[in-house]
Amino acid sequence: MNHFEEQEYNKGFDAKVWKKLLQFCMRYKGIFFVLFLSAALLAVAGAVYPMMVRYAIDNFVDLQFVEATGEYVRNLDGLPRFIAFLGGLMAFQAVCVFVFIYTAGKIENYVAADVREATFHHIQNLSFTYFDNTPTGWIMARLTSDTHGIGNILSWGFLDVVHSIFMLIFYIVFMFIIDWRLALVMLAIMPILAIISIYFQRILLKAHRESRKKNSKITASYNEGITGAKTTKTLLREYRNYEDFMGLTGAMRKASVRAATISGLYFPIVLSFAGIAVAIILGQGGTWVIAGGTFTFGTLTAFMLYAGSMSEPISQIARVMSEMQGAQASAERTISLLESTPDIVDRPDVIEKYGDFENPKPENWEEIEGRITFDDVTFRYKTGEQVLSHFSLDVKPGEKIALVGETGSGKSTIINLLCRFYEPVEGCVLIDGVDYRERSQIWLQSNLGYVLQAPHLFSGSIRENIRYGNLEATEDEIIEAAKTVDAYDFITKMDKGFDSDVGEGGNRLSTGEKQLISFARAIIKNPAIFVLDEATSSIDTQTEAKIQAAIFKILEGRTSFIVAHRLSTIRHCDRILVIDNGRILEQGTHRELLAQKGHYHSLYTNQFKKEELEKQLRN
Amino acid sequence: MTKGHLWQGVLAWLCQAGSGFFNLLFVPLILAIIFDNVLQNEPIQNHTMVMWFVNLFGGVEGWQENIWLAAAAHLTTAFLIACFVFGRQRLISMFSENTAKRMKDRLYDHIQKLPYNYHVHAQTGDLIQRCTSDVETTRRFLSQQTIEIARAIFFTTAALIMMISLNRTLTFVTFAFMPVIFLFSYIFFKKVKRVFKMQDEKEGELTTVLQESITGVRVVRAFGRARVEVDKFVEKNNEFKTLQFRQMKFLAWFWSASDLLCFAQIVTTFVVGIYLTHSGDLTMGGLIAFNTAAWQMVWPIRQLGRVMSGFATMQVAIDRIYEVLDEPAEKDTPGAIAHDLRGDIVFDNVQFAYGDSRQIFNGISFTVKKGETISVLGATGSGKSTLMLLLLRLYDYKGGSITVNGKELRTISKEHLRKAVGIVLQEPFLYSRTIKNNLEMAKEDVSQDEMFDATRTASAHGFIKEFEEGYDTMVGERGVTLSGGQKQRVAIARTLIKNSEMLIFDDSLSAVDTETDAQIRDALSKRNKDVTTFIISQRITTLMNADRIFVIEEGKLADVGTHSELIERDGLYKRIWDIQSMLEAEM
Repeated sequence: MNHFEEQEYNKGFDAKVWKKLLQFCMRYKGIFFVLFLSAALLAVAGAVYPMMVRYAIDNFVDLQFVEATGEYVRNLDGLPRFIAFLGGLMAFQAVCVFVFIYTAGKIENYVAADVREATFHHIQNLSFTYFDNTPTGWIMARLTSDTHGIGNILSWGFLDVVHSIFMLIFYIVFMFIIDWRLALVMLAIMPILAIISIYFQRILLKAHRESRKKNSKITASYNEGITGAKTTKTLLREYRNYEDFMGLTGAMRKASVRAATISGLYFPIVLSFAGIAVAIILGQGGTWVIAGGTFTFGTLTAFMLYAGSMSEPISQIARVMSEMQGAQASAERTISLLESTPDIVDRPDVIEKYGDFENPKPENWEEIEGRITFDDVTFRYKTGEQVLSHFSLDVKPGEKIALVGETGSGKSTIINLLCRFYEPVEGCVLIDGVDYRERSQIWLQSNLGYVLQAPHLFSGSIRENIRYGNLEATEDEIIEAAKTVDAYDFITKMDKGFDSDVGEGGNRLSTGEKQLISFARAIIKNPAIFVLDEATSSIDTQTEAKIQAAIFKILEGRTSFIVAHRLSTIRHCDRILVIDNGRILEQGTHRELLAQKGHYHSLYTNQFKKEELEKQLRN
Repeated sequence: MTKGHLWQGVLAWLCQAGSGFFNLLFVPLILAIIFDNVLQNEPIQNHTMVMWFVNLFGGVEGWQENIWLAAAAHLTTAFLIACFVFGRQRLISMFSENTAKRMKDRLYDHIQKLPYNYHVHAQTGDLIQRCTSDVETTRRFLSQQTIEIARAIFFTTAALIMMISLNRTLTFVTFAFMPVIFLFSYIFFKKVKRVFKMQDEKEGELTTVLQESITGVRVVRAFGRARVEVDKFVEKNNEFKTLQFRQMKFLAWFWSASDLLCFAQIVTTFVVGIYLTHSGDLTMGGLIAFNTAAWQMVWPIRQLGRVMSGFATMQVAIDRIYEVLDEPAEKDTPGAIAHDLRGDIVFDNVQFAYGDSRQIFNGISFTVKKGETISVLGATGSGKSTLMLLLLRLYDYKGGSITVNGKELRTISKEHLRKAVGIVLQEPFLYSRTIKNNLEMAKEDVSQDEMFDATRTASAHGFIKEFEEGYDTMVGERGVTLSGGQKQRVAIARTLIKNSEMLIFDDSLSAVDTETDAQIRDALSKRNKDVTTFIISQRITTLMNADRIFVIEEGKLADVGTHSELIERDGLYKRIWDIQSMLEAEM
């Protein structure tokens, strides 16, 4: 199991995490205060209601002894005032409900949004090694479900706890005011209820977690069952798979029924305790009522109401306490992301002069001529795996370099070092004779043209995607770029032309079309240095020809690095480097290398065969 | 779907009825008796419905002598209600979980039985969604919403019976607000659904921005566009936040307004009740009974409005589930008998088209002798894979005839046929289990010797042994990632374990290097001589040693012959042979 899998968190309270969260709450101090106030006032209003009932029964319903006449009568004199007050109390309660939902909703969403924004912002500074080692899904989960969890506990969790605590306090206070003897009895029952509640909430949480785990197994099994259905048919595994699956659903049913049973047990137990409390009050209070004296019908009724609803705040608090564990885990993970430090940072004086991604200072940027030097560069991963050692290379401005080699030979590392996605562990990379660490990342990357093997587009229109390369590009420039890479025709043939939506990740376009758009995006930037990771995937012959033509138009007059797969691309480069094991095995022009009859020669012939064969079988 | 355990649901409803009647009939009336007859000496009224219960605890007279008996009666109702509540929870969870399990099982079973062609075009994400979240929506409806409905029905019924026995006027007053409360919540949740949906969509947009920005981080950096990404994200984040908050504001209005309505109902009941006691139409106990019942009744009614407004969602979920279940499944040939399938394979004027669309084969004929090895060459889309799938009836031929050992394929049961034909698919699928488990897929009780024999033949034994955990190595997401060639070799071994009468390798050596390829073919030919074998490939060296080579072009058998025959004739085979051998010489 790797550490990216969701683990079980059974840790105790971690003050550090909550302190960090508190920082996100400080902006909303005022709103928190209003939430606190509305929750507390609502609790007061709720606790006052039984007192109102008591007053009504004693004054309007019970017979009053009138000394003057010596008779028992019912007196409704104060009733209108009472109704007004009760109505007012209800209205007040409704207002409190409105205010607390409003404020809790605001806190929930605003704090979550703030955490998301801060995290997203932080991600932009993280280095490539982080993304190489962290699954996208993991990062996504921090910014989605975890921030929801954090927002939820800070708003509704907070609200429930405040409301419940105040309710408990006022219940106890009022009970003591009206009769301290029965109040003591109730007070004795409370700890028992609290212990039961905490116990149940804890096992309930575990049971729910168990059933969720089972559920994700079922989802995984569906996934496998559906993607593997064809193979299943050929192996006649249908029935066995079905049996296995029924085993999973059986386990899930068992776990879910267990969880439901636990929660189904908890509520009746609490009900029974409330029943015991009410029975005690009925028996003892009733005895006192019959005996006459200060214990009135109203007091009895009020006490019954208090006793009946006493369990609610207790179970609320227990629930929030158990939920806090999960929220703490969410917060912990998000904060770990927020606090992870980037490997590649610009020096303060460099940022001062050149700016960072938020405040770039292009006015101070030097023009790039295009000379690139790898000076005795060594690179290894943090795990210790050596990729390049003492690698040197000098590239003249405008030179086109092709990198050829097996997967894992170090080609991509060279590219990553050039783009400063990685930094050399030893040695340095010089651009126009200056170590690129002397200038900021944004300076280099603003001068870089970069086209990936698997073209990545963003949702939005074609125009927006091309403009990504140069945010100030005019309409003419965009059209010009599209024409240069031969994309203009297919774009204008689309329904909405340049306004056509490319779909999520560009999935409404074919791979070839995406590739062309990504070329246009790169060329409109007019970069001094060009990096191209050529696609190996087979696209139809016509598009391929177009892409080939586009590539060389783009590379014209720029220093370029091409991770090349196609002969036609390789052949036209000024210098070909055959990379193996982090070293340059052979280098030279196409002709020179072929004449050597070495590594390149065999690579070339193999590749040639493959390409020819593909062509034959495609037509 | 509820067959066999519907009784659990019915019992759960009955428990709900029990708790409703105790809560809103027994408890209020017992309280009325205590307040009126025990604590005050009002004349005893005959509350017929609960008298038998009261008498169990000594009757009203007994209570007058000892009030603790009354308290005991009240406590007993509390215990009984607790039991009913527990029974309801337990039963409804059994009912809903059983139903959900049956749904999931049926879906899984049915999906597996859907025809091959369905799976070629299946949208995995959508299917999984139907099998998981739509089932979950249904389950939640069964476990929670049905109970809410039952609660509303039984609570109002019990309350109505109890109240009418006490005072008709006040009963009317108490019920006066109920329709308003119901309608208010029903209409609100109907209306607000649009806002909920908008919020869902916004959340989707936010996730998309996030996803694209993280997966496209290289582009973002290389273009120095972190600022743009942050701006885009902040914009969506704010929109989402605002929408979600807007939804909260709606909810704040709803809950506070409906609270006010509910409170108004309770207070009105109470105040009118006070007036009625004043005029002597209602006793103090009666007032307390009404008050107790009103408190319990209003909230389920409000909840009912919400539940009813959610009906459509549930309906949609069920429809989506049945859309899958109504897809026609593959049918096996009825009454088909087992048949010895060792023998010649004859294709005679076979015709096939996918659905109503493009014709793939328009009368293809050939005979393959028992034990022959046939290799097949053809361009992408020429139909060579389909031809093989016809032999397993993964696709059913539409015209002509295919016979194996003289028996028409249509009359042989699919199960029997697929047992007899081992096929390694173009993109073999390994289950995310151990390698051993994967191999056992073909034959449950495979011995170690058989297994090793198969993996050796497929040149897989060597690399499997090298894994730390050998045959117990997990493959797939949660284990090691096998290379394409390794996957193919495991899949080949798996198929070999089946010990079938016919073998098909659908381009299943493509990711294996030439040397291993030769090794595997060599081991295969030694392994069993009388197994009819088909090898599809684009590599001449893989094809050339077969007894005969079929060249398929556009659904037609363009050429047949041995290697030496075919390289003498002009055609696809020769062209490819030339390319592949041309540069061999130069090296």
